[in-house]
Amino acid sequence: MPRLSVWMIRTALLHLLLGFTVGALLLANKGISFSPFLWRLLPMHIELLLLGWTVQLALGVAFWILPRFQTARPRAMLAWLAYLLLNLGVVLVAASTLFVALPTLVLWGRIAEISAAVAFALHAWPRVKPPLVV
Amino acid sequence: MPPITRTFIKTGLLYFVTALLTSLLVAGYTPLGLPVWVAGLSPVYFHLFMVGWVTQLIIGVAYWMFPKYTKAQPRGSDALAWSVYGLLNSGLILRAVAEPVQSMQPTPLWGWMLVLAALLQWVGGVIFVVNTWPRVKER
Repeated sequence: MPRLSVWMIRTALLHLLLGFTVGALLLANKGISFSPFLWRLLPMHIELLLLGWTVQLALGVAFWILPRFQTARPRAMLAWLAYLLLNLGVVLVAASTLFVALPTLVLWGRIAEISAAVAFALHAWPRVKPPLVV
Repeated sequence: MPPITRTFIKTGLLYFVTALLTSLLVAGYTPLGLPVWVAGLSPVYFHLFMVGWVTQLIIGVAYWMFPKYTKAQPRGSDALAWSVYGLLNSGLILRAVAEPVQSMQPTPLWGWMLVLAALLQWVGGVIFVVNTWPRVKER
């Protein structure tokens, strides 16, 4: 498994842990209401698990598995950039649920996430190719 | 494909169909004039889909495909993997029943069932992360 995939998948597992924790608190709160504040964290739960866990795991595995050029994964810097931007975006969007006085956090978070998607697509596009026939 | 993977993926496929059937019910609530409790099925649909189908598919394939843990235990602990299956599915099914019941007629019993459902799924998630982490490595 290449180093970037290790980073992406381990980070995805941490997002899974955090997202599950927030989710468990939300579900428990639905059963025996102990904190009205918790409902504010629903967008954080969604962001951590959809973008932080599922999407990031997919990117990490894609970086590992997609066809290479001989042994190289060209333009790997774009994939590293995607990793940084995706996680920055998730953190900003998740944080926006706690800092409601800063409404632009979500906007900047989404800009970071879209940039991550573009960066990864630019990296991955040439790797989506048929096998080399010799 | 190891038995644990086959079990996770086949179970996931069942959730895939069940989740979309649930979404069909939710979509039909207004046009078909379905009972009021159907309207409360949205979160059940999301979680049958995302936890039951997507996450279990990921868990099953990761258990199969990730780098070996050790030569002696290539996939880590089978017991922990089976416990993830049991905890996640019991929690999810309990949630699928308790959530609509609790939303229609809240009682302490069903409230605590939701707390139990939350705990079961959370513990399942933690064990999955603990069992999988050492297999996320370069070699």
